Amino acid sequence: MPDKKQDLIDQKLQDLNNDGVDRRGFLKCMAWAGTGLVWTLSGGIPVSRAFAKSDGKDAGKSADFSFVQISDSHIGFNKPANPDVTATLQTAINKINSMPQKPDFIIHTGDLTQLSKPSEFDTLDQVLRGASAKQIYFVPGEHDMLSDNGEQFLQRYGKGSKGAGWSSFDHKGVHFVGLVNVANLKAGGMGSLGHEQLEWLEDNLKGRSASTPIVLYAHIPLWTIYPDWGWGTDDSEQALSYVKRFGSVTVLNGHIHQIMQKIEGKVSFHTAMSTAFPQPAPGTAPSAEPMKVPADQLQQVLGITDVNYVVGGSSLAIVDSPLGAASSAASGNAGGPWRS
Amino acid sequence: MTRENVWLAGLTAPVMIAMLLLAGSPSVTANDHPSAATAEVKIDNFSFGPQTVTVPVGATVTWTNRDDIPHTVVSTDGVFKSKVRDTDEKFSFTFTKAGTYPYYCSVHPKMTGQVVVQ
Repeated sequence: MPDKKQDLIDQKLQDLNNDGVDRRGFLKCMAWAGTGLVWTLSGGIPVSRAFAKSDGKDAGKSADFSFVQISDSHIGFNKPANPDVTATLQTAINKINSMPQKPDFIIHTGDLTQLSKPSEFDTLDQVLRGASAKQIYFVPGEHDMLSDNGEQFLQRYGKGSKGAGWSSFDHKGVHFVGLVNVANLKAGGMGSLGHEQLEWLEDNLKGRSASTPIVLYAHIPLWTIYPDWGWGTDDSEQALSYVKRFGSVTVLNGHIHQIMQKIEGKVSFHTAMSTAFPQPAPGTAPSAEPMKVPADQLQQVLGITDVNYVVGGSSLAIVDSPLGAASSAASGNAGGPWRS
Repeated sequence: MTRENVWLAGLTAPVMIAMLLLAGSPSVTANDHPSAATAEVKIDNFSFGPQTVTVPVGATVTWTNRDDIPHTVVSTDGVFKSKVRDTDEKFSFTFTKAGTYPYYCSVHPKMTGQVVVQ
């Protein structure tokens, strides 16, 4: 069954490449699939959306709240793939600040800095101070743990967190859990949550109503995308088993510097673009090295993710927007079926 | 050439060859220490090359990062641990005991290698 679903999605993506989206046919597929992904073209760049089961309930509503995920700002990186990552982060913040629906907060899914240097964290903070959304939640990436096992990260962004920086919060009925899978990495392995954090997570979710929408966010993908490049988390299965009973689970990750998505039952997985530099698609290059693109295309392969929640909706709507587009068409503003 | 000269030339050549050989080889005798050997490992495309390097006891291995991304060199048995190495930065370690030393990059743990000291 999953293979058939994937074939249909692949088929529709193929049509996308050749003759544009056949929206009616696509929506019919998605209705069959339940939750699904909608790809549209915006300024020539694919923009993705996940939307709720088509019960019509959400039609015409604007989101009750939204937040933005940014990731992999790598402040301090200065190689050819992007000599000025601070400028592109600023572009991302400007974009967030000019969104018609203001996000309630921002989540940064890690690799804030390139080398965990204090000056890099300082520069990041300076740019983020200009965000209109004043509440920002962070989880570290492996680049934030380099000099001191993440001590600095914890001091700056880890108030109220446990262990290497995991924590949870609630917002308008949605339960958010920030996980850390970049600490104590073992030779030959991928990302790792660790026993202590898994125990905490199980306890954290206990007793919550299954109708509470859950959002998990962590740096390295919580599903296996490409083991050869370490794109996965060795012990994520256990974490995902704790959220299986919930009606709506959204997993937001970074690390791979490109958009990847997967729907498995009621769990939607999504990775964000970086605000710093892109990385190659799995297996298309010798390694996950920063990928150089022509300078005038850089803004199109960097981006932010807008996540919208409608009370009573069965999933969150995810809209990725590149920092810039080739044409003048607005990106990231395409409304979902429920938006007027 | 005269007969004596030929004889002398015949004697000189092997003597010169022997001197050159002695000059070129590390002076190893029963009581001498061998001169310190070195080995290079390049970190490139998220991998250590060569992945296995074999060196004599007392050798110094130097890792050089050629990636645009920082890496570390960390012994899985706690024998050595580099600070984070950015592009073109190096880390060296001198191996004073024979053995096999597996290591990895603690930032990108799929990157593994080993030093064999014998």
